[in-house]
Amino acid sequence: MSETFTKSMARNIFYGGSAFFFLLFLALIFDTESALPETDNRLNITEQVAHGKRLWEVNNCIGCHTLLGEGAYFAPELGNVYTRFGNSKEAIMGFIKSRPVDGIPGRRSMPQFNFTDEELEAVAEFLKYSSEINTQGWPPNIQG
Amino acid sequence: MMYQSQSVAKPYFIAAIGLFVGQILFGVILGLQYVAGDFLFPEIPFNVARMVHTNLLIVWLLFGFMGAAYYMVPEESETELYSPKLAWIMFWIFLVAGALTILGYLLVPYARLAELTGNDLLPTMGREFLEQPTITKIGIVVVALSFLFNIGMTILKGRKTAVSLVMLVGLVGLAVFFLFSFYNPENLVRDKLYWWFVVHLWVEGVWELILGSMLAFVLIKTTGVDREVIEKWLYVIIAMALITGIIGTGHHFFWIGTPGYWQWWGSIFSAMEPIPFFMMTLFAFNMVNRRRRNHPNQAAVLWALGTGVMAFLGAGVWGFLHTLAPVNYYTHGTQITAAHGHMAFFGAYVMIVLTMISYAMPMLRGRKEANSNASQVVEMWSFWLMTVSMVFITLFLTAAGVLQVYLQRYTDTPLPFMQVQDKIEIFYWLREGAGIVFLVGLIVYVTSFFVGQSEAEATAKE
Repeated sequence: MSETFTKSMARNIFYGGSAFFFLLFLALIFDTESALPETDNRLNITEQVAHGKRLWEVNNCIGCHTLLGEGAYFAPELGNVYTRFGNSKEAIMGFIKSRPVDGIPGRRSMPQFNFTDEELEAVAEFLKYSSEINTQGWPPNIQG
Repeated sequence: MMYQSQSVAKPYFIAAIGLFVGQILFGVILGLQYVAGDFLFPEIPFNVARMVHTNLLIVWLLFGFMGAAYYMVPEESETELYSPKLAWIMFWIFLVAGALTILGYLLVPYARLAELTGNDLLPTMGREFLEQPTITKIGIVVVALSFLFNIGMTILKGRKTAVSLVMLVGLVGLAVFFLFSFYNPENLVRDKLYWWFVVHLWVEGVWELILGSMLAFVLIKTTGVDREVIEKWLYVIIAMALITGIIGTGHHFFWIGTPGYWQWWGSIFSAMEPIPFFMMTLFAFNMVNRRRRNHPNQAAVLWALGTGVMAFLGAGVWGFLHTLAPVNYYTHGTQITAAHGHMAFFGAYVMIVLTMISYAMPMLRGRKEANSNASQVVEMWSFWLMTVSMVFITLFLTAAGVLQVYLQRYTDTPLPFMQVQDKIEIFYWLREGAGIVFLVGLIVYVTSFFVGQSEAEATAKE
């Protein structure tokens, strides 16, 4: 780089540019926050959904699955599992409940979490709520 | 070594390498579970092994960054570290907290760990990469603050160089953005939105400052190029990193319930994110070509050049590959993401820490400037084994990802996830093979510390 472009000019671009784009980012986040109520399905966040989210977390479901495409890629996407299972909470609960304790020989298997009926219901409600978030048309199809 | 207190870097580097070995062992386990699904089930299910793999990575890189700072800052500031004792205390706290957390993952079911550590009081667990119990997170904050205090006081009392200031800004950013890990709203969309404030603004934001500063330091030392020139490059690179990377966060806000305009902001800005990485490649090669001296530690120079190339490929090229919204619509959350994640973390952050260890460790172990030739040859072998096998891991995962995208998302007759996984199994086997070569490379790397110790120091070629 030539002598006319000095280190202090480079430094000023760094501080000025970073500050400007950080403020712009904050403005966009602020705008996003005000637009979120229309897309994030917050009206359906019940106590049961919140409980379901907590169960989702403390059982580390994200360690195998994706949810809205984020997480691990070892097991199916669950953001749309409610629709994939025919809009049925019972199907979700039945699947979780029926996982064999010792797994399936040679294959990937979900652990048996020994949920109570109330917990199963909460997890299913949480996944139903997740499926109703407006994700701009993602995933491309029902397979997630 | 110019200052006695730089020696506190040594335990940090040793811990980093030890945890790196653990990380890779679990990586090999995970790779096997991809093809033999019942391997170690139900004792160590995939989610647990993955948590150990990713958390060990984060912890050992943090050890590496802290060790690097303890080595660099006294030398840059031309003064002893403010408190070597504090650095030692924090070393043990961080190591014990890290080890206990990993043991917790392995020995008790995760839900039980959450219960035992009082997750209900302040629920922060169970989110990708932020799985640590809340108490561990608080510990990380305490360690980070003490560390920043120590480094900050050292810089304050000494010479202030661009290298150490950029390092400090990066480390402060690291600590500040980590605070978002304590925010876990019930609203899933907002949870995800702020989760990225930690994850993205770390690896595609402030960590790049740390990376740039470490690279600049090693290049100043090994090439003898004028500091003014190197620091100018450094400022331009990190300016581009933040100018593109901050709004570039938007490439994570395409499909998580956020407004559609992020598809524009995210695509445009993140498409420019390769620029700083490309400049880093140019920077490394330019400085080495314009070197005023031949440094006897050729292994360190090799790592520095390798960082420039691999960070650009992994973070820049493989990131660009799936960052545009219309492409990401199909690739989001597939093996393409995994491919990018592996090469980007290795190329940018693993390699820069290994660069710094390669440069500093000989001095920390009593050499004047470099290890013996014998040791360097072994170390360079490990460089090639790890780098080439990581290229193959990435290529195999990319192939798996392309097929997955096609079969599961692109074709007119999409197949269910697990059926697709069976069809792409061959690439998971190949990836596992490459992973084992990586492990061999790592063993060779560790061996290099024990080879040629009694032999004379390498001398610079004229």
